[in-house]
Amino acid sequence: MFSDFMLRAALAGLGVVLAAAPLGCFVVWRRMAFFGAATAHAAVLGVALSLALSISLFVGVLAVSLLMAVMVTLLSGRGYAMDTLLGVMAHASLAFGLVAVSFITDVRIDLMAYLFGDILAVGNRDVIIIWGGSILVIALMMWRWPSLLLATVSDDLAYAEGFRPQREELILTVSLAIVVAVAIKVVGVLLIAALLIIPAATARPLSSTPEQMAIGAAAIGAVAVLGGLWGSWHLDTPTGPTIVCVSAILFALVNLLARQFTAKSVH
Amino acid sequence: MAVSRATMTTVDKTLIQAHQLNVHLGGNHVLEHIDFNLARGEIVTIVGPNGSGKSTFLRALIGAIRPTTGSVQQMPGLRVGYVPQRLHIDSTLPLTVRRFLKLPHAHEPKIIDDALARAGIAERGDASMTGLSGGQFQRALMARALLDKPDVLMLDEASQGLDQAGTADFYRQIEDIRNTLGCAVLMVSHDLHVVMRAADRVICLNQHICCQGHPEAVSVAPEYRALFGTEDEQALALFRHDLHHHPHDNRKKADMGQPHNEAS
Repeated sequence: MFSDFMLRAALAGLGVVLAAAPLGCFVVWRRMAFFGAATAHAAVLGVALSLALSISLFVGVLAVSLLMAVMVTLLSGRGYAMDTLLGVMAHASLAFGLVAVSFITDVRIDLMAYLFGDILAVGNRDVIIIWGGSILVIALMMWRWPSLLLATVSDDLAYAEGFRPQREELILTVSLAIVVAVAIKVVGVLLIAALLIIPAATARPLSSTPEQMAIGAAAIGAVAVLGGLWGSWHLDTPTGPTIVCVSAILFALVNLLARQFTAKSVH
Repeated sequence: MAVSRATMTTVDKTLIQAHQLNVHLGGNHVLEHIDFNLARGEIVTIVGPNGSGKSTFLRALIGAIRPTTGSVQQMPGLRVGYVPQRLHIDSTLPLTVRRFLKLPHAHEPKIIDDALARAGIAERGDASMTGLSGGQFQRALMARALLDKPDVLMLDEASQGLDQAGTADFYRQIEDIRNTLGCAVLMVSHDLHVVMRAADRVICLNQHICCQGHPEAVSVAPEYRALFGTEDEQALALFRHDLHHHPHDNRKKADMGQPHNEAS
């Protein structure tokens, strides 16, 4: 009963969560959750741009997400607290994006697909793009892993030892834009941040090294994707949100069990 | 004038050099016209009131802060062991002490074990960094800074979080470290009398270098007196006579209104 579109959906979802796992860990460790959400929200503007210019959705979203991330980085530390600045930029770009999309009359019906994703509609080409972006992000993470970790622990320690933490930050920013661009078809703008944060946070109580946490996040993300697809098939629910629901349930279960376990070991 | 004669004569052994360093942050002139150099084997202590730019100076030397004008030069391939004033590791990052020491590059387990033992935290190797006490955390930072045999050891208020015995022990270690590694030590401290005893050269900083030189010479310099008054007379007396313990010196320090936490 699992037809081609289900297979493509599973492949697309797995591609996204594999890249989102290591990146999501850094988002959690560096407290960049809101930064991730802001970058994702800006993607709506990218959708409008690619529709207006009839360019690839991936290119338009990547460009706008990158621009957003770079702008926030440049503006930070100039009078406003980072979360205030992100709050302004995230919601402004979401609102402008929604307005801009409404000008393009014939796509009004599709708006839901961009906000919440339409994983069952991904084509072969989408799957290839998603895996291309995903492999690129995973390669970047593996290449820079030690210095990314050091810069996450302390910028100053990294500087003192001859690293350039700004470069590591740029690598995270670019990776984030890539993940947003490939994830938009899978879970949509509003739920991309969930795929970054929830699997990583779920893996935390199960891990004692950074690497375990990244691999654990990937495994949990994969379970969420497959579970979400299965659930939405049987319950006839929207697939993207179902995937996020499954990951949230896993988060709750793992934390409950972890608490139980520590409580037991104390007694 | 007695203070300036102590400027370095060993230019060939210079590890780090700052030339007319100016740092402006958010419209404030944090550092002005700093000329500085640090030679191998020297122990240099920076003293100065809160907000005098001590931490900023160290961070400019390691490249974490870009000079507004002027320059900082490091000897090519310089290894810096830096112990920051404070470091926050998010509790979501699973990082054991052993792993922290291995960041970013792996070391042989025996080297790590030795470093942990020297720092007095041998039994905490597999503990999480976020589970350490303030003093243990500070020792872990120090152990990591020394791991790659640095050319320069930089300590920013490194005795923070250590109890009194720990602090005394800590500064006693500094000279041992200098002697065994042959490295230079550059430290910022509030603990005036300990500092005075351990340093070859004291730099009195208040945005600019007020005075510098041998501790005894600096302690009588009018610029130094203007900043610290004569209230630390006891500390200085302690230094001069090389006494070891004095039960009342902390009270005098408290009178100077210098809390242990200083952010700048």
